[in-house]
Formats: sequence, C-alpha cells, structure tokens
Amino acid sequence: MTQTNTTTQTPIISIRNLTTAFATRDGDFNAVDDVSLDIHAGKTLCLVGESGSGKSVLSRSLLRIEQPGLIRKGEIILHPSQSAARRVRPGAIDLATLDVKGKTIRDIRGRDIAMIFQEPMSSLSPVHRIGSQITESIRLHEKISKADARDKAVDLLKQVEIASPEVAIDKYPFEFSGGMRQRAMIALALACNPEILVADEPTTALDVTIQAEILDLLKDLQNRHQMAMLFITHDMGVVAQIADQVAVMRHGKVIEENDVFTLFREPQHSYTKTLLKAAQSSDTPSQRRTEMRARRPIGQPILRAVDLGKKFPLSSKGIFRKEVRWLHAVKDVSFDLHAGENIGIVGESGSGKTTLARCIQRIVTAQSGQILLTDAHGTETDLVGLDDKALLPHWRDMRMIFQDPFASLNPRMTISQIIAEPLLLSGMTSATERKERVEELLDLVGLPKSAGSRYPHAFSGGQRQRVSIARAIAPKPRIIIADEATSALDVSIRSRVMDLLLDLQEQLDLSYLFISHDVGLVRYFCDRVLVMYKGEVVESGETEQICTDPHHRYTQSLLSAVPVADPTRRDATTRFRYHAPT
Amino acid sequence: MLYYIFRRIVWSIPFFFAISLFAFLIIQAPPGDYLTTYAARLEAQGQVVDQARLETLRERFALGEPILVQYFNWISGIITRGDFGISFEFQQPVSEMIGQRMALSVVLATSTLFFTWAIALPIGIYSAVRQYTAGDYFFSILGFIGLATPNFLIALALMYYGTVHLGADVTGLFSPEYANAPWSGAKVVDLLKHLIIPVVIVGTASTASLIRVMRANLLDELFKPYVVTARAKGLSEFRLLMKYPVRIALNPFVSTIGWAFPQIVSGSTIVAVVLSLPTADPLMLDALLSQDMYLAGAFILLLSVLSIVGMLVSDILLALIDPRIRYT
Repeated sequence: MTQTNTTTQTPIISIRNLTTAFATRDGDFNAVDDVSLDIHAGKTLCLVGESGSGKSVLSRSLLRIEQPGLIRKGEIILHPSQSAARRVRPGAIDLATLDVKGKTIRDIRGRDIAMIFQEPMSSLSPVHRIGSQITESIRLHEKISKADARDKAVDLLKQVEIASPEVAIDKYPFEFSGGMRQRAMIALALACNPEILVADEPTTALDVTIQAEILDLLKDLQNRHQMAMLFITHDMGVVAQIADQVAVMRHGKVIEENDVFTLFREPQHSYTKTLLKAAQSSDTPSQRRTEMRARRPIGQPILRAVDLGKKFPLSSKGIFRKEVRWLHAVKDVSFDLHAGENIGIVGESGSGKTTLARCIQRIVTAQSGQILLTDAHGTETDLVGLDDKALLPHWRDMRMIFQDPFASLNPRMTISQIIAEPLLLSGMTSATERKERVEELLDLVGLPKSAGSRYPHAFSGGQRQRVSIARAIAPKPRIIIADEATSALDVSIRSRVMDLLLDLQEQLDLSYLFISHDVGLVRYFCDRVLVMYKGEVVESGETEQICTDPHHRYTQSLLSAVPVADPTRRDATTRFRYHAPT
Repeated sequence: MLYYIFRRIVWSIPFFFAISLFAFLIIQAPPGDYLTTYAARLEAQGQVVDQARLETLRERFALGEPILVQYFNWISGIITRGDFGISFEFQQPVSEMIGQRMALSVVLATSTLFFTWAIALPIGIYSAVRQYTAGDYFFSILGFIGLATPNFLIALALMYYGTVHLGADVTGLFSPEYANAPWSGAKVVDLLKHLIIPVVIVGTASTASLIRVMRANLLDELFKPYVVTARAKGLSEFRLLMKYPVRIALNPFVSTIGWAFPQIVSGSTIVAVVLSLPTADPLMLDALLSQDMYLAGAFILLLSVLSIVGMLVSDILLALIDPRIRYT
C-alpha cells in the first residue's frame, strides 16, 4: 500500500472536544458535538457521514469560517510546523480562541490551512479571471511582485495538470469544464503551499472519470508536498481510494475512528456497517430484482425508440452569419423497453441521457426518429409529431421522477395538492375521490396520511423524493422515467428509495427507464443498460454482461473509474481516460 | 466584444424607426389636432373663430395629409436637417425651445443620479451586511417612508420650510438676477445652490428603492460559496466584501442606467411644475395638453431615443464588467 515514509509522531492539528453550535429559537443545536481528532502531516483523514452529520461544519471550524455557527467549547491546536522550510509560526496556537476577523487567523487561512469546496463553479468568483483569483491568494501571504505571483500561478496550474496554463490563467471560471474548475480550485488552495488541505466533498459534483483523475491528482500533490489532508465525503468508495484514517460522523459526533483497512475489515458501529453495506451492495444486482425476474417474465415491448435524434443550435452567430453549429445531444438512439423491464441509461454529464429522457417524455421535441408507445389496449402510437392535446392520454402512461427533490416540488403547495395535481388533470373531478387516492398513494410510498396537509419544506430529501414518486404514480402510469432520481440522496436513504421503486414495480406493473451516472445503482436496479457517450449509445446489453465484460473502450474507462469500496483493491485497477476517435 | 457592440448598435437602428413611428402615432392618437384645440380655446374665450384662417393654417402645417406622409416629412426633417418642426403654440422652432431646457434637465437628472447612488449604495451595503440589526431597521423604515411619500408633497413641505423659516428662495434653478444673464462662474454657483433642493426631492424615492435593491442583491451574493472561498484565502472582511459580493451585486445596477436616461426628460414633471424649474418636463406637459404636435412629438421621440441609447449604453457597460455576458 502507499504508505508514506515520514510518519510523524505529533499531529499537525489536534481537535479536542470541539463543539460548534447553531443558535436556534429552541436553544443551541450542536452541529459538531464534542469531537476530538488528530490530523498528521502527509496523511489523509477522511470524514464520512451523511448530510447533516456535521462534517462540513467541523471542517469549516478549522478555518474559523463556521459562521453562522459558533464554537462553544473545545480546542483546535495548530502545532508548530515540523518542516524547516516554513517556520513562520512561533508555537502552538489554539485556533478556537481566535477572533474570526482577526489578523492571526487570516494569516493562517490560505497559508497554513487551505480549503477546496464541493461546487467548483460557484466557489470561484464568476467575474474574476482564474489567474487573478490565484495570485490574490499568493500576494496576500507572500511579499512578491505581481509578475512573480503570475509566474507562480502558471506553475501551479501546470502542477494541477491544466493544459496550456499560460492561456488558461486569463480565462474565467465559466470557460472551464467542471473538472478543470476543480483543478483550478486546487491550484488556488495550493497557492501558498499549505500544510493542511481541507477538501469538502471535492469530487461529489464531478463525473466518475473526472473524480478518479482529481483523486489521483490530490494524492500525488499530497505526497509531493507532505500535506496533511482532511477529506470530507459521503462516498465509501472514495474513502477506500484515498483515506489513511477514517472517522465516521453521525449527528455531530464521531462514532467510530480507525485506520482505513481495519475500518473496512471490521466495522464496529452498526451505522458504519450500514454505510459499508450500502456501498458494497451496489456492486451486485439486487437480490429482490433477480427473484422478481424469476417470478414474472418480461413482456412485450411497450416503448420503442427508433433512431431518435435531437440537436441544439450552439450559437446563432449574429444577424448576418448563416452558419450555425449544432450540438448533437442525442444521435440515432434506439431501444425497446419491455413490460416489466428496467432499462438503465448511464453516461457522464453531457452525454445526452437527460435530453433523451426529455425527448421520450416529449418535454422537448425530437428532430428525427420515432417514439412508439403501446397503450393498454395494444395500440402503438408514434409520439413524435403529436401536439400537446393529443399527448395528454400518453402523458398519463409515462411519468417522470426528477433529480432534485427540493426544486421539483412547488414550495407553496401542500403534499396533497402536489400529488392530486396529475389526478385533477386526468379528469378526476371529485374531491373525495382525489383525497382517497392521495391517501392511498401516500401509503404506497410509505408516508403517513398526515403528511398530506404539510408543505414540502417540512420533509427531508428522501421523504420529498417519496412525494415525487407518489405524484409520478398517481395517474396509474405504466412507464416511469427516473432521471437521476436518487442522486441527491444520502446512501442509506438511497437504497431505501431504490427498494421502494422495486416494491412499486411489483405492485403496479411498472417499467422503468432509469437514468443515472452511477454504474453501481444501475447494476443494482436494471436488467439492461445503455451506455451513452456524447449523444450516442456506444454499448448496450444485459447489465451483468456489460458490467463484467464491457467491450467498448468508453465503457471500460467508465467502469475502471468507479471507486471500489475496498481499500485493499485500491491500486488494483488501472484507470484510463477514453478519447473519442476524431 | 467589438462584434457584440456592433451588433447591438445595428439592432438599435430599426428599433429607432419603429419607436419613432409609434411615438408619432401616439401624439396623433387623441381626437382632433392642434387647430381644433386652438379653436376650442378661442371659443371658450368668447372669440370668433375664422374657419378660413383655420383652413389656411391646416394647409400650411400640412395637417390634412395622411398620417404616414406627415410622419415621413417629420422624421426626414429631423434626420437630414435636425429640424424638429415648429411649435404651434409658441411659433418657434422646437429645437431652439428644447435645447436649453434639456441641458438643465440633464444637469438635474445626472446630479440626482449621483446623489442617489452616493447615498443608496453605502446604505444598501450596510443594511445587507448588518441584516436585521437596529441600523438596518432604521434605514428600512426611512426608506419605506421615502418611497411612500409623493415627491410633490416633499417639494411643497421643503418650499414651505425654506420660504417661511429660512427666508430663502427655493423655487426655480436660478435667482432672478441670473435668470437671463449670460453664463458665468457666479451663475454656475447659483445654479448649484438651487439644485440641492430639487435633487434631494427627486432623489428621495429612488434612493429608497435603490437601497432596497442593493440590499436584496447583496444578500443574494453574501452567502455564495465564492465568498467563503475568498474568506478561506485569508482576505480581510472589508476587502472581501468590496471585491467579491459587492462587485457582483452592482451588475444589475448597470442595467438601471437604461431607465435612468428617459427620466432625464420626464422623471420629475410634477416636482418641476411645483418648484417651477425651467427644465424640459413642464414644457412637455404643456405641449401634450395643447396638442402642440411637433413639440410633443419631439419630446416623445427624445424619450424613446434616450431609452434606446440608455439600453445600448447599459448593455455595453454590462458586457464590459460582466464577462459572462460578453461571451454569450
């Protein structure tokens, strides 16, 4: 295993009994509750936990940017530097006692402790050039000229493997891809060669292939600079890839801490076991689905897509120029969805999977091809070319579940109103009938009847997604298009929602078109899979066959990038990036 | 970037013609024309209206022609000779009448603009950063009062206060001795003295709304992740605030320049009437009331042109300061 040879005895940062609270009307809410941890030079401590576990607040407390939270108790001791090159700090400092706006902590931020955030787009200022954002940090902590700072910034961009850094330095963040932005963010964090790097879910917003590259880059930089790293993630696969030490957080407390190998081998706490099980279960097909398949065979095709194509004009350059460049979001995609079958569509962001779903749902209109939907009476209709009115009955047959459970529910409508809306549209005019149906639906998705009178904000992400599902199945559809329906959920909730979808399939005879960037989920859930790359289906077939023996280079690259939740297999797979032949 | 500016300018040309035609149609929209209003007024004063004379006048001013012909004559005169026609009411070329008043309007409007920005932006920033503190509430209440009070009421109150308690002359833009004097240093000083009250009055309402807009804009930005990033770099709170969130919260303000321009002509009509300011606004009101076609038309055209130019300027400025616009 990659053990670095400099094992230092004293940690670089020790957190002792730290409590960070948020003042609420009902008194303090302890987001971080009596946490003690040590971070060592050259080592990675992974903080794992689900949303709301307090891991982000903890990481921000280190930099004293925990506001509006308040440190109530405890110490954060930053020990004197052990490397001779950077003896700027006279002795140990307790960061927890510093004034958050004071000079002492401001000097430490960025110079001794630097941070990378989850959203590389929103974490960089949209109106300042990459270079200016990096040199600002350099010139804040080092007395060097603008020109020197710029040279240094170019060098940093080179270190994070950004192509032609001399050009990239003068670009704006929105001109970069997600992966490049995160590289720029890392360059920014490394600007003053910090001893501690705090990375808050740095790869969560990225595609798996990019995630793999960023993880490699971070590891490489850590070894080169002997940085200590506090790495926050909810993904056990990522933990297995990068951690030396792991701390599992729940409800503000560290419930288990151990070195990564021991933790994965012998998890002590039941919650850790749940997390590990959820991560490892996605490596195999769901037991339930296999049994379901044995009981009820797959039926006739009910939805057939034939050579579907959709392109968007990229730029309508001006009033004089006629030539328009096109983005082929979906190129000649064909598939058959059979009754009772689950088809997975995998691909990276921008591969066209969402556009494909929208074409099928006729939210956008495909420019070529056919969408043949067989209704309950066995009549096949081509949805392309139908107007909204003619589509109405078919829309009842085919419903969608969206990714973001927060944005896809109207905050001003009660849960009952939200679920009843499609019922009303499909002509159920009696209020009592609707009420009964809503209660029945709430029951189906495992929510109490009392939930109906409340508003979406009163529910957690998982519960909201259950509401979305109830809304989707309300008009008794036969096909559900789930567009990243579980991506925004925590792992433990995710598996429960997946199981709910399987339950419903059994009870209501549903077929799913399951869109995901997560190969593990698709493997768990789907009978067949389509792999999309730049608008085209590059490979399709039985899920197991594709996951175990992929033929297309892109599928191979995608699978190699998926982090395996087993630290002993950390370096077993060789990752590579697929480039389309031009 | 250059292409962007070029495209914007080219687009504004057909827009200008469309809007000028529209302006012309609007001033033609009320029933009758200048002569019928003129005749009605003469009758009201008990004078005899000579039909033949009216016909001659109608002939001379070409009021009998179809509207499109009248429009063509009007617009071609403006474009080729800068001739806006003649005011029926005053029997003077429109361009001469408007010139001086427009200049004063511009002075008033720009001083008001700077006044409101200078007051509203710092207060807006303060209110956002110290949200829900006593200071924020104080300025919010003050702002809402300013927003809710009609300008002319403030004008009347200030006039009363100025005349009764200070014994100062607060109406007009010049003291009597300078009104018709040629421009001199003393006259400019006199103008500045007189400007203060109208600027404060006209500015109150817009200051109040600007404070609210700035506060809301900044509150949207203050908790964005890039602010946290900047803080994590070790920037001081003040530099951080000015360089990142304030900088971005200001962008929407640039678009408001677009509507600030037409305000130069018509933004403060009632106040100008109350304070008898020699700006363009009262004249426009008169022209519209008496259906003084070419005079009113010139004002409406100016308004439209100023709107177009204002939008053009704010579009270009916005592209200059916000790279995200430049590249789309």
